[in-house]
Amino acid sequence: MNLTSDLVALKERLEEIARGYGLDFFETFFELVDYDEMNEIASYGGFPTRYPHWRFGMHYEELDKGYSYGLQKIYELVINNDPCYAYLMGCNAPVDQKMVIAHVLGHSDFFKNNLWFSKTNRKMVDQMANHGVRIRKHIEKVGLEEVEGFVDVCLSLENLVDAHSPFITRRSPSRTEEEVEDEARRIEVPRIRSKEYMERYINPPEYLEQVKKKLLEEARRRKRTFPENPERDVLQFLLEHAPLEKWERDVLSIVRDEAYYFGPQAMTKIMNEGWATYWHSKILTERCLADTELIDYADHHSATLGTQPGRVNPYKLGVELFRDIEDRWNRGRFGREFDACDDLETRRNWDRQLNQGRAKLFEVRKVMNDLTFLDTFLTEEFCERHKLFVYQWNPRTNRHEIASRDFRQIKEGLLRSLTNLGHPAIAVLDANHKNRGELYLTHSWDGQDLKYDEATETLKNLFRIWQRPVHLETKEEGRGKLISYDGDKIGSQEILPSA
Amino acid sequence: MANEGMVRRVEIDHNRFRQIVRGRIKKDLHRFITQGEFLTRKGRDVVSVPLPQIRLPQFRFGRSESGVGMGEGDPGTPLEGDAGSSGGGPGGDQAGEHVLEVEVSLDDLAKILGEELELPRIEPRGTRRFSAVRDRYTGLRRAGPESLRHFKRTFKESLKRQMIQGTYDPAQPRIMPIRDDRRYRSWNMRLNPESNAVIIYMMDVSGSMGSEQKEIVRIEAFWIDTWLRSQYRNLEVRYIVHDAVAKEVDQHTFYHLRESGGTKISSAYELCTKVIEERYPPSEWNIYPFHFSDGDNWSGKDTEKCVRLLEAELLPRVNMFGYGQVKSAYGTGQFKGDLDEHFKADERLVTSDIQSRESILDSIREFLGKGR
Repeated sequence: MNLTSDLVALKERLEEIARGYGLDFFETFFELVDYDEMNEIASYGGFPTRYPHWRFGMHYEELDKGYSYGLQKIYELVINNDPCYAYLMGCNAPVDQKMVIAHVLGHSDFFKNNLWFSKTNRKMVDQMANHGVRIRKHIEKVGLEEVEGFVDVCLSLENLVDAHSPFITRRSPSRTEEEVEDEARRIEVPRIRSKEYMERYINPPEYLEQVKKKLLEEARRRKRTFPENPERDVLQFLLEHAPLEKWERDVLSIVRDEAYYFGPQAMTKIMNEGWATYWHSKILTERCLADTELIDYADHHSATLGTQPGRVNPYKLGVELFRDIEDRWNRGRFGREFDACDDLETRRNWDRQLNQGRAKLFEVRKVMNDLTFLDTFLTEEFCERHKLFVYQWNPRTNRHEIASRDFRQIKEGLLRSLTNLGHPAIAVLDANHKNRGELYLTHSWDGQDLKYDEATETLKNLFRIWQRPVHLETKEEGRGKLISYDGDKIGSQEILPSA
Repeated sequence: MANEGMVRRVEIDHNRFRQIVRGRIKKDLHRFITQGEFLTRKGRDVVSVPLPQIRLPQFRFGRSESGVGMGEGDPGTPLEGDAGSSGGGPGGDQAGEHVLEVEVSLDDLAKILGEELELPRIEPRGTRRFSAVRDRYTGLRRAGPESLRHFKRTFKESLKRQMIQGTYDPAQPRIMPIRDDRRYRSWNMRLNPESNAVIIYMMDVSGSMGSEQKEIVRIEAFWIDTWLRSQYRNLEVRYIVHDAVAKEVDQHTFYHLRESGGTKISSAYELCTKVIEERYPPSEWNIYPFHFSDGDNWSGKDTEKCVRLLEAELLPRVNMFGYGQVKSAYGTGQFKGDLDEHFKADERLVTSDIQSRESILDSIREFLGKGR
């Protein structure tokens, strides 16, 4: 539903204020929805349409019951797209609408300017629709259960991607079926450099074919590992080398594309939420709130920032960090001199009046992701002020308990949970294991064990795609472990870790 | 992107999800039945079922031992709420371990049970009990809420009265309704004949029936309830416990009482007969007594008494009589054998051996598979 004229006026006013502060966002369209519609939209992650799958139905049911997702998720669903689409709930009071609009503009600015989003597909709304069309086509041809089952298999593997690969060599984000198919047939063959018109003579196709064959044979003979280096983008590897049907390859590439699209959002959750909160707070309290709205605003705003004991609220952490950065860069509380200063009094009263805070914020929002953000700006003073702690599982009392407020441990704990988006780091080590074409994956163990039962189920899914025995090397409580699946049963044995 | 173009596919995906849930429950029915714990009643007709298998498996970390949080407290303070899920790290996307709880209506459960066990629908008898059904507002009465006032009839009444009184002047037609004139719409009662059933659970609560045995009875009773409820509009349930003496109790007591006397099964059958005679004439009721015990009766003579009671009083009145013998460490299991011998060919008596939780599903099939 279209916005009312009041809301349109409100939106325009807020946009003006936001631009005044220096925010630079995509054109943003708001749609007015009711509670039910909001739930539906949220089930699809904010997109008007996606490929058919039962998990969207599952999200819907959870949302409908008011489970999981807190207020935050419902309040504003913003898509990283140009133009940006967002939603307002019709039943909300004007003060809430202001908050949401301002918050959304903050997100939009972040999507547009943060580097980690620079390679994402800004026409994802259309792309999602396209994915839906393709999958429906496959369903029609192959059957619902088959396609659905295969989508499930792919989703099970969707975290096996390389978050950094968009910045290395990235294939075009929106590939058609044909492009995907062609790529699979290509194996890189060293060519002699030549000018375009000479290509046919210097590197004739027959010659290339021959070389390609020879290379493959050689590789097999010399038992050179294939891939040469551990491949983190497992999905891409599978796309190129697994014996997939055409429709299967298409489905897998769709799942991969979407995983890459959402990757940056997962990588910058704290910053993004902190940024949007910072701005909605500033815009409202400094420019836009009527006196009568103050209490309601404070109430709703604090609800968003409420901390569930035992969790870190990304909104709160993000906004407090940004405010801390602003304060520090205003007062010059950084750099070698400041770090070296030991005297508490001096430190407390340190104020060089640099007033670089705002500029610093904009710079930070452009360049960093959660990992670098926290690594760079989480200080001991900050942790103390905001009462961060590390908790541990106590096997005697059978519960989690506060363990320490040691700064180093806190920082390490946070950084660890953010590394690789909280997923285990897994790569393809050898696709010709035992010289029998078996797939060998390795998990870079960093102290955290994998969940065993899910790992075995996931291996089965991997087998479904690779069609030959698959292995995963990992560690359990420090001891090397190899889990395998040969199509029939799961095997598990202790091994000496290979790396 | 036009606003009307917002395409919603949630019903389709939602239905598909429900379909899958149903399929999972059906596939794992055996497991569900043997693990009676999980089914928590949510409201009258809905049950909450945990379905962990619906999550898509991934390579992920196991339950994290530690994480970061924000708040007050000294070392040693426990975290409020269950932080047993994914480590408090703010990154990452998926929610933690919490198992998906899906709501399923009892009706659905009954259907799944019926399909899986291939239970035939029951042909009920006795339709004396009527439930009133409110019809449309085709009736009329003299009192009622203003929202139901019937203008035309009120007017008519007033007109009639005024004409009789002579106060009506056609030249100046003014009608003043008085209270007695007022008429209101009302509904007509239509009586809908319905079939009803009563379940009479009897359980041996002597010392030899332990908590595991009682749990088995509880699980089996739940599913029998669920099934019969789906077959009958009206279902009443009565509970009788006995050791050497029988008494009627409420549901909670039924599942938690522990006596320690000897066992005289006839006491229960007598009480059951009495209950039927008092309230449930077979011409109007479908009666389902179920008796659970470990088969250790006081004496052969008492068993004979039971047989006579069954033959003369119970079996003639009931749709079926179910006897479930739960295996216990102390019971001899003699009773079932005796019953089987006497009532070999009688279809109205169904006995079932329940060795353990695993056998519950089969036992239910035995009891309900005859479509009585």
